[in-house]
Amino acid sequence: MIDLTLSEALEKLNTGEISSVELTRAHLDRITRLDSQVKAYLTVTPDLALEQAAAADKRRAAGETAPLLGVPLAIKDVLCTEGVPTTCGSRILEGFVPPYTATAVQNLFDAGAVMLGKTNTDEFAMGSSTENSGYFTTHNPWDLERVPGGSSGGSAAAVAARMALGALGTDTGGSVRQPASLCGVVALKPSYGRVSRYGLIAFASSLDQVGVFGRTVEDAARLMNIIAGHDSRDSTSMPTPVPDYVAALNDGDLKGLRVGLPQEYFIEGIQPEVEAAVRAAVDKLAELGAEIVEISLPHTRYSLSVYYLVAPAEASANLARFDGVRYGPREDEGSMWATYKATRGRRFGPEVKRRIMLGTYALSTGYYDAYYLKAQKVRTLIKDDFEKAFEQVDVIAAPVSPTTAFKIGEKTDDPLQMYLSDVFTLSASLAGIPGLSVPCGFDTAGLPIGLQLFGPAFEEGRVLRVGHLYQQATDWHTRRPPLG
Amino acid sequence: MKISREQVEHIAELAKLALTDEELEIYADQLSAILDYVDELSQLDTSAIPPTASVLPLSNVLRPDEARPSLPTEVALANAPDAAENQFRVAAVLDEGQ
Repeated sequence: MIDLTLSEALEKLNTGEISSVELTRAHLDRITRLDSQVKAYLTVTPDLALEQAAAADKRRAAGETAPLLGVPLAIKDVLCTEGVPTTCGSRILEGFVPPYTATAVQNLFDAGAVMLGKTNTDEFAMGSSTENSGYFTTHNPWDLERVPGGSSGGSAAAVAARMALGALGTDTGGSVRQPASLCGVVALKPSYGRVSRYGLIAFASSLDQVGVFGRTVEDAARLMNIIAGHDSRDSTSMPTPVPDYVAALNDGDLKGLRVGLPQEYFIEGIQPEVEAAVRAAVDKLAELGAEIVEISLPHTRYSLSVYYLVAPAEASANLARFDGVRYGPREDEGSMWATYKATRGRRFGPEVKRRIMLGTYALSTGYYDAYYLKAQKVRTLIKDDFEKAFEQVDVIAAPVSPTTAFKIGEKTDDPLQMYLSDVFTLSASLAGIPGLSVPCGFDTAGLPIGLQLFGPAFEEGRVLRVGHLYQQATDWHTRRPPLG
Repeated sequence: MKISREQVEHIAELAKLALTDEELEIYADQLSAILDYVDELSQLDTSAIPPTASVLPLSNVLRPDEARPSLPTEVALANAPDAAENQFRVAAVLDEGQ
């Protein structure tokens, strides 16, 4: 039962072949059996899951329908869930139990979904491997000695290991796309403003976006249908109408579709097998009728510098709220200032402190213009690159990550090396456009490789359709990690 | 650009982070390396380029100023490490006599 895709499971639930309680229990059993090795979940919620599953079965028996009725999912632990601990992978939120539920999660619940638990993440979503989690590192289901990517590594690993049918993650600079690539699953980072962030604990407010994981593009589209849309409680969510992403998957073939291939994404340092697999995937799109157009996104190389000024600056402001007064533990040192400093100094991990320091510096008197303002101006150039490119092409194809999954511990001593694993995902975040990660091959060590597809802002449907048609013609997504 | 240990201490003070001696040393080196890397941006002439603070065409999103239910006080205080008399309790902000 655990090998069903979300879409297949839904069909069997609807025909009565399986019940949600059976499906949920199968996933909970697998979590019990395998998660001591994978460590995808920070919190498993079996009682809540079985309660939601029983309620879903009851609703279905009464003749009710809902788009995700009885489907068990995993939720990244940066999204608030009422009554269920939410830590952001940080010791500064140890024991925090939110009094409300994030809109994206509530929308899933309203559509009948079942929550299996909360998944591991780099602390406050800052990282590319889950090694920055304040609790433990998640292991890649394809090779337990390797990282699953990050920051949404727990969600990616849970979906890859058949410990959830789909999942929510968040993406600020690549945090759903890169782990999806490293774990061999699908993830979509929607356009900035497409999904409500109410109840998402903020990292970098001009970049953060809620994203979806599935084993197929169709599964990702089903989740997008539920979470996309305007929310009056998020002033940065757009009122742009939401199409039916599932219906759009089969809205025509690839004939005449112009696929841009940006030269800046095939650079020295990329693992040759990654380049070969991505080029083969582009050839497949051409075989399916697409026209391949060489393009240039000339400011791509600056995205890393822009991102590592903008995101830490915004993080340093957002994370000022964690001071041991309203939530989380307090490290009491007598006076108010000493208590603030001790709480933050001891409870934030090394990467979060590094970024708060970097952001504080970039925003401080005398440096604001040289760093933060400069980065925002170059961000305009990066955004303009995409706008010009989309006058020539319909979608853009690129690698997701320059390498396949690296070994746990391999990059932890050198922050810049770790940051470079996001080099192909950052610019879409800075430009606010959708990015899809789709499995497109394996290296000789048997580790998954991902193809990335970008579209213009609010054209998720187009990107999903191209990914879906690619999956109809390939079988990379049907392979299963060698686990239990 | 080399960030000195004194500068790191100053930034930590602004950020309200108590750092150990070891952390001060490590961050001085790492912040210097990161700032050296991002210095590549100074190669670009951006004098005529407007900054992008947000990619959305939205500004001043307003809603009617109407009273609506909010979290009950006891729920809002439930996660506080210390609360008393329907309030968050903290150490004294001012010393006596100030």
